[in-house]
Amino acid sequence: MKSDSSIVRELEKKSYEMRLKTAIMAEEYGGGCHYGGCFSIAEVLTALYFNILNIYPENPKHPERDRVVLSAGHKDAIYCVILAEKGFVPKEWLHTYNKLDSHLGMHPDMKKIPGCDMSTGSLGHGLSVAVGMALSGKLDKSDYKVFVILGDGELQEGSIWEAAMAASHYKLDNIIVFVDRNMLEFDGETEKIMALEPLKEKWQAFGWNTKEIDGHNIREILDAYESCLEKNDKPNVIIANTTKGKGVSFMENNWKWHYGGMNSEQEEKALKELEKKINEYSM
Amino acid sequence: MAEKVNQAWTFADVARLSDREIYGKTLVSLGTTNKNIVVLGSDLMYSNRTSDFLEKFPERAFNFGVAEQNMMGAAAGFATCGKIAFVSTFAAFASMRACEQVRTDICYPNLNVKIVATHSGLTMGSGGTTHHATEDLAIVRSFANMTVIVPADAIETEKAVRAAVEQEGPVYIRLGRAAERLVFQNGYPYDFKIGRAITLKSGKDVTLIATGLEVYESIIASDILGKKGIDVGVINMHTIKPIDQETIINVAQSSKLLVTVEEHTVIGGLGSAVCEVVSEKCPVRVLRIGIPDVYTVIGSPEELKDRYGLTGVKIAEKILNIL
Ligand SMILES: Cc1ncc(C[n+]2csc(CCOP(=O)(O)OP(=O)(O)O)c2C)c(N)n1
Repeated sequence: MKSDSSIVRELEKKSYEMRLKTAIMAEEYGGGCHYGGCFSIAEVLTALYFNILNIYPENPKHPERDRVVLSAGHKDAIYCVILAEKGFVPKEWLHTYNKLDSHLGMHPDMKKIPGCDMSTGSLGHGLSVAVGMALSGKLDKSDYKVFVILGDGELQEGSIWEAAMAASHYKLDNIIVFVDRNMLEFDGETEKIMALEPLKEKWQAFGWNTKEIDGHNIREILDAYESCLEKNDKPNVIIANTTKGKGVSFMENNWKWHYGGMNSEQEEKALKELEKKINEYSM
Repeated sequence: MAEKVNQAWTFADVARLSDREIYGKTLVSLGTTNKNIVVLGSDLMYSNRTSDFLEKFPERAFNFGVAEQNMMGAAAGFATCGKIAFVSTFAAFASMRACEQVRTDICYPNLNVKIVATHSGLTMGSGGTTHHATEDLAIVRSFANMTVIVPADAIETEKAVRAAVEQEGPVYIRLGRAAERLVFQNGYPYDFKIGRAITLKSGKDVTLIATGLEVYESIIASDILGKKGIDVGVINMHTIKPIDQETIINVAQSSKLLVTVEEHTVIGGLGSAVCEVVSEKCPVRVLRIGIPDVYTVIGSPEELKDRYGLTGVKIAEKILNIL
C-alpha cells in the first residue's frame, strides 16, 4: 500500500535530503541557483522519482518508461540531484554543475542528461511536448504516463492553454500535470502581476480532471496520483499549493530568492536548517 | 572627475553600471519629459531594469507576466494609438518567442515600438542554449522597417536609447547582462547617429569591424597585433541595420583584410551584413569571427567567449593564423 506512513515519512525526509544536496551542489559552483522554485517542487519530484514513476535507470530510454517533462526547466538543480540519486546521472557530475562543458546547467538538456526526456528552459513549451508524447503512447498502445511540471507563472504563457485544449480534445488521460502553485514568479506575486485565479476553474473549463493539494504533503501527492488512475478520458492536473523556497527560512515566500547565491553566513544557516529537518525525520 | 553625462546621474555612476541599468535609468529620464512613453515587461522587469520605470511611473508600466507574445502584440496596439512603446525581455525571447508578433504586428505596419533585448549572446552563461541569444541579429535584421542597434557599452546604450526615441518606427537594441567594459572611457564625447559607424582606430593592414561587447575585445586584439607590427584598425559598428555602407567600402579599399567580430552566430549577423556590402560594392577578403553553427555549451560568459574565440587574445591569434 503506497500511502503507508513509513513510506511517507521516508519520502518527506528524502525531499529535504534533495534540498540539502541541491544547496551543496549550487554553492560549490557559487554562481547562484533557482532556489525558490527548486525548493517548492521538492516533495512533488521526490514522490515522483522515489515512488510513483515507472523508470529504468539502467536503461534510461526504455520505451515503456513514464515520461517526465520539466517544463519549468529552471527547476533543474534539484532535478539533476534527484537523477543522480536515482543513478541516471553519475554523482561526480554534480561537482561540475554550471561549469564549462558540464552536462548539468541551469536548464536540462536531454542530449546531455541520461533520464531527461526533454530539453527545457524557455517557459511554456513542455505541455505541448507532453501532448505529443501522450498521443504517441496512445498510438503505440503503450501504458506509460506523461508527467509535466509547470510553474504557476509559466501558466501565463498562451502556449500552455493551447496545449491544455489539445490534451482534453484528444482525451489524453495519460497526462498528469503538477502545477507548482507557489504564488510567486520572477517579478513578485502572480496575482498582482498577471492574475491566474480562478485557476482550478480554468483547468476545469478546459476539460481537465482537477485536484488541489498541499504540495509539501507527500501523502496528498500520492493520493492525488492514485486518483488520476481512474480513467475518464480526461487529462489530469494537480494544483500543488506550495511555498517558494520551502525549507530555508529566509528564502520562504520571498520572491527575491527566485534566483540567487548565498553568502557564507546564509549558506551555513540554510544547511543547518535543512540538516535539522533531516535529523528530525531520522529520530 | 565626476563629469555629468546627463541630469539623471553622474559619469562615475555610469562606469559602475551595466548596459541594462543605464537603460533603466535612461528610460526614467526620458519618461519624465515624454509622457507618451509606455513600458511593457514580461516578468523580467527587475532583471531588464525597467523596474526603475515601473516604480517611478506605475501607471505607464505594464507587466504581462511570462507572456512575451502577448506583450509584443500589446506594444503594437499601444503604438497604433500614438504611444512610444518600450518592450523588454531576454534577447532569446524577444527575437524568437515573440518573433512573428515582432515581424507582423510591429515591423509590417512600421509601428513605433522599441524592443530593448537584454542578456544577449552568451551572457547568460550557464543558462545554456535556451537562454543564449546567438541568432537574434540574423532574425530581426531580416525584417523590413527594423532598425538594429548593438551598443558597445553603457554610455553608448544611453545614446542608442535616446536616438531610438527620436526616430519613428521599430528599433531593436541588443544589450548584454553584466557590467560591460567601457569602450568610450573618460566620457569621450561623440555624436551617436543611427547607421553611422565609429572609427576608433584606423589601420592599413587589417580592419576589425566589431559590434557590442566585441568592440572592447577588438581593441585588445588590435593592441596585441600592433605590438607585432601589424597595423589594425577598429570600427565600432553599433548599427547593424541600416549598415554603414560608406564606412565599410572605405575600409575595404584601405585595408588588406576585413575581420568582423560579433557575439552571435556567423550566419546572418554583422559578418553577413558586411559581406553583403563588400561582395557587391568592393570585393575583398572578409574573415567572420563569431559563434560557429552549433548550439553553444554552458559555462561562464568569460569562458564561453574564450571557447568560441571571442576574446582579444583569440581574435588576434586567429588573424595571425591567416595572415
Ligand atoms: C519564455 C520564457 N520567458 C521568461 C523566462 C525567464 N524566467 C525564468 S523563471 C521565470 C519565472 C517563472 O515563474 P514560475 O513559473 O512561477 O516558477 P517558480 O516560481 O516556481 O520558480 C521567468 C520569467 C523563461 N525562462 N522563459
